[in-house]
Amino acid sequence: MGTEITHTVSACMGGMKTAGDLVLRMQLLYGMKIREAKEYVAKKLGVTVSELSDPSVMTELRQELGLGVQEPNVGDVVGMAAKIRIAGKLGITINSVENFKRKAGLI
Amino acid sequence: MTKYFTRMGDGFGVRLSEEEIRSDIRDGVADAADRGKIPPLTEEEMEHLYRIVTMEGVIVGVNRGEEVVSSTDQGADTVGCESGVPIDRVVQVQMLERAFGLDSTDYGFTDYNFKAVKSIVHYEAASIERALDMSVIPVLYGGMPNLGFYTKPDGPVDNWAELLPQGKIKEALEAQEQAVELAVHDMVYVAEQMFEAGVDGINLDTCGAAGDADFLAALKACEEIRRRFPTMGVEIGMAGEFVLGMHGRLKYDDTRLAGLYPHRQVKLAEKAGATIFGAVVNTNTSKSFPWNIARVCTFMKECVKEAGKIAVHANVGMGVGGIPMCETIPHDVVSRADKALIEICNIDGL
Repeated sequence: MGTEITHTVSACMGGMKTAGDLVLRMQLLYGMKIREAKEYVAKKLGVTVSELSDPSVMTELRQELGLGVQEPNVGDVVGMAAKIRIAGKLGITINSVENFKRKAGLI
Repeated sequence: MTKYFTRMGDGFGVRLSEEEIRSDIRDGVADAADRGKIPPLTEEEMEHLYRIVTMEGVIVGVNRGEEVVSSTDQGADTVGCESGVPIDRVVQVQMLERAFGLDSTDYGFTDYNFKAVKSIVHYEAASIERALDMSVIPVLYGGMPNLGFYTKPDGPVDNWAELLPQGKIKEALEAQEQAVELAVHDMVYVAEQMFEAGVDGINLDTCGAAGDADFLAALKACEEIRRRFPTMGVEIGMAGEFVLGMHGRLKYDDTRLAGLYPHRQVKLAEKAGATIFGAVVNTNTSKSFPWNIARVCTFMKECVKEAGKIAVHANVGMGVGGIPMCETIPHDVVSRADKALIEICNIDGL
């Protein structure tokens, strides 16, 4: 576990604390470079690239948009519900979301 | 004379003078440039590396706004398997997401290879489907091509490591070629089941561990997975910095695989359709961290430069990416390796 924790603290975006998971999605789907992926996500969310890595800004925004937060309170969007909103906001296909919609009879 | 604390490649601390650190950095750069036939780091980059190595504090960090993202290659089972805390992987994914702040994670069987998973893939798929219902971060399914598993007595193919010393060259080459096809079939089969479960990506990890045939299997599997399931990304992570020529004649896209270093491997991964390339540079345990990280940065800078439409995630873990070969990895060298790779090499992730 040592390396993952250190990477997060010293050099990484921090996943749902910020927009790390969203940026990673763009890399994984399209092979985007880090700068390109950050710019894409920032544009879709209407924030600056530097705000993407700011936990204060991003927690509030993620709560407002229902994209999932690190410490969810009652009523906060988590799990699949958050991924459905992420797919819509970023304009991407998320396989588990498509599966869930099929299973729920939504498509 | 001021001496700075750093570490050797086996993890133990050592105090080196400014002159010794600068000399090690220069030697590490020269070694990579010579082996890879690539340009050395510039004087300015070596100076920056020296500053990173000698910075005060246990943990150092990247400049604000230069943070990258991380992917993993451990099967989401570090808490349960490595740390020995009895906990299911479905729960671990949520811990890694909400407690540890990872940008993504990978899911995998304890015996992290596709051949081992094949017979239990339905249980694996059912388990990851539950994890996907409750998580937000991207979840990949990971495993290794692990070509050695296809040799007798564990598999159907003759063991080329036994055939080669007997002088049975033709038989050894044919055995590896057969193993490639079997491994590709297994990787694509597992990927298909995982796609049905809804995973975000497949992590073909430790590619090339059994040599050039192992790397070829990963490239061919990647090509097929991306063709059939375009909404599922593929990460190709390497086993080492150099593809061993156990076969020696195998090619992909007219490029001979034996002897390739990261800056040439990445081009083939991209050609195969991979979206993330996990580049590896090995650690020399008898050399210092300054020597190792200088060598890593020289290779990795060239790898990023040569990469086209593919994100490069540097492997920075035990025994690779400048990190010592030890179980309990010290924060000081990890954070310095991260900073150096991001600020000197412009990597896209870790």
